[in-house]
Amino acid sequence: MSTATATPRRAIESGVPDNTAFLHPVMKKNYGNWKYHDRPRPGVLHHVSHSGDEIWTVRAGTQRQMDVYTIRKLCDIADQFADGHVRFTIRSNIEFMVADESKVAPLIETLVSSGFPVGGTGNSVSMIAHTQGFLHCDIPGTDASGAVKALMDDLYEEFIKEEMPNRVHLSASCCEINCGGQADIAIIMQHTKPPKINHDLVANVCERPAVVARCPVAAIRPALVNGKPSLEVDEKKCICCGACYPPCPPMQINDPEHSKLAIWVGGKNSNARGKPTFMKMVASGLPNNAPRWPEVSEVVRKILFTYKADARPWERLSDWVERIGWPRFFEKTGLPFTKYLIDDWRGSRSNLNASAHIRF
Amino acid sequence: MVQKLHPTPMLDELETGPWPSFVTGLKRLANDNPMMVGVLGQLERSYRDRKGYWKGGTISVFGYGGGIIPRFTELKDESGKPLFPDAAEFHTLRVMPPAGMHYNTDILRKLCDAWEKHGSGLIGMHGQSGDIMFQGARSDKVQDAFDAINELGFDLGGAGPAVRTSMSCVGAARCEQSCYDEGKTHRTVLNSFLDDIHRPSLPYKFKFKFSGCPNDCMNSIQRSDMAVIGTWRDNIRTDEVLARKYFAKQGLTNMVNDVVNRCPTKAIRLVPANEIKSGATLSTVKVSDEHALEIENRDCVRCMHCINVMTGALAPGKDKGATILCGGKRTLKIGDLMGTVIVPFMKLETDEDREKLVDLGKRIVDFFAENALEHERIGETIERIGLVNFLEGVGLEIDANMVSAPRMNPYVRTDDWDEEVKKAEARKSQAA
Repeated sequence: MSTATATPRRAIESGVPDNTAFLHPVMKKNYGNWKYHDRPRPGVLHHVSHSGDEIWTVRAGTQRQMDVYTIRKLCDIADQFADGHVRFTIRSNIEFMVADESKVAPLIETLVSSGFPVGGTGNSVSMIAHTQGFLHCDIPGTDASGAVKALMDDLYEEFIKEEMPNRVHLSASCCEINCGGQADIAIIMQHTKPPKINHDLVANVCERPAVVARCPVAAIRPALVNGKPSLEVDEKKCICCGACYPPCPPMQINDPEHSKLAIWVGGKNSNARGKPTFMKMVASGLPNNAPRWPEVSEVVRKILFTYKADARPWERLSDWVERIGWPRFFEKTGLPFTKYLIDDWRGSRSNLNASAHIRF
Repeated sequence: MVQKLHPTPMLDELETGPWPSFVTGLKRLANDNPMMVGVLGQLERSYRDRKGYWKGGTISVFGYGGGIIPRFTELKDESGKPLFPDAAEFHTLRVMPPAGMHYNTDILRKLCDAWEKHGSGLIGMHGQSGDIMFQGARSDKVQDAFDAINELGFDLGGAGPAVRTSMSCVGAARCEQSCYDEGKTHRTVLNSFLDDIHRPSLPYKFKFKFSGCPNDCMNSIQRSDMAVIGTWRDNIRTDEVLARKYFAKQGLTNMVNDVVNRCPTKAIRLVPANEIKSGATLSTVKVSDEHALEIENRDCVRCMHCINVMTGALAPGKDKGATILCGGKRTLKIGDLMGTVIVPFMKLETDEDREKLVDLGKRIVDFFAENALEHERIGETIERIGLVNFLEGVGLEIDANMVSAPRMNPYVRTDDWDEEVKKAEARKSQAA
């Protein structure tokens, strides 16, 4: 608390800032009037307006969590080549817009020599959408930032080239809440043991009825433990989802050994071709092996390169699996199909094969 | 000036390889910021122990209830003193980005200067809800940091049971598929909910997202409670010059395999160029002197595939607007839910159109506030009470576009079927 006499400043509730001041002049001029675009090379978009104006966009990968020196470096590059305008994509890539084609090549050269990979467009593997992890989250089971850095090192060539059948979106999430989101291939924490409860703390820290209500399988009930009001978990019912942990930190779900990583595939938010799809779990039990999670990278690479070799043009991962079928997906990727991959949550019968459609 | 760092053998391994390293950035900041020395120490400990060491708390700025994510270290010695005292507090300010995440270097530099002065110098661009994440302020610096950022024209985003920060795609600023003014709509809607953003008092979070076309680059259908997805009602536009250019490069085989065969409703057909028909709902374009494409727009579901493949040759129509979907979210608690259609089409061209969207948003958020259980998302509420009750609650008419199929079970009371038939006929005559 500062001095009690000082009058606190009242916030200006300005909300979302107006972006017009930030738009590149060519984008402002041609707002809503673009005709088409092409991609002269990976990492570069070329948009043409109905007015005949053109603009080139150079896209580069970032580490998302940036120090001010990195941001200032990117600003220097934008001032030098891009008239001082940039934007960011949903996958933490930065975009530089230039109205003069002759600036594209030196811009790319400067970005690459400054350590920023140019790519992430078209049929590439773009930067991995990911969560906070150990750096800032209060409930993380792993560090998505580290796993992402390690995996993007591995997939660097796929970021700077456009050699996939269609675009590939990846995500990584440090708990089952899955803040990283749906993706063609997603890495998500999967706990395998019920929470370990510190009964000394529950009564003081947790609003017990709210915690009971949070459990998807009604496995938590109030209990007196050592004379203190606490909570207990029916471990036979518990699905180890970790939903109780955020509202009740004494119910520790993270376990250095038993919290594993799972791989999910086939999420697609675009309406292109089929309707949007949710991703499906195809592997689990991978060790939480900091600092570079090599076992996770290996499974992702296996799926990714099987898809790359086998899918037809314009097939997203979900389209590819729809054509070849799940048995062949597991056969081709070499991933084991276990009983835990057969859905038994509500609505799960719609995930069973209600037909005689079998591929031999 | 240069600080001594704690040994970080595990994090050091993340400084190798070609991808930009966040660890290198943290170390650069640690050169002259003791907080980051401590953060690196704690982060290394997390890597070693495979365990997070931050806990939450309650911190806010004057007049607001949300927008700050408090973090206090849990790494303490036997006497309760933090092992890394300079990093005992490491709070994040969630700040709403401009629509489309457009910036100029002037504002980015000013934001950097403010954050270097009052915080750690670490900025996440952007978080999964779209916030600029200013990561790492001490409790006694949060207000100063916010004041400085706020004076630059930026405001805190949502946290907790509140309307959350939103995202919109690059949209009309640089995309030919844009079907409405995403930036203006995003800003108009969000800025109509500032009280619900800054003072969390809803049953749980509520997210809006804005995508300019059905490619849904903002992932609004899976990740937002109310998704605004651009679309059009009239015919797909065609451009023969660009269509011929595509065909000259790709040829017949690719066009048939990649465009015609991938249409989900078989609305698009290859036809001989000399047999092109005309019709009020047909889009046709010659791709060569022999071949043409014909699209029956009544069968087209506006999936975007052919337009993505032949961009410019094929383009969204001119009668543009948006489809509104409601209820998307990830698993917890009842399982994943996709957003589903609640308004098949609405125009979003004028301020008046956008006000209608704001009004719909207000009715839905009000309904959510009054009817959702604690920690229930609106999609779960709809699942619990049924779509029809939700629609009646927010004052929307039913529409066959809202279902993928009619009811598949007889478990319903239909006493007043005849009354409902009259309503259906009234809707039909109103639409005509």
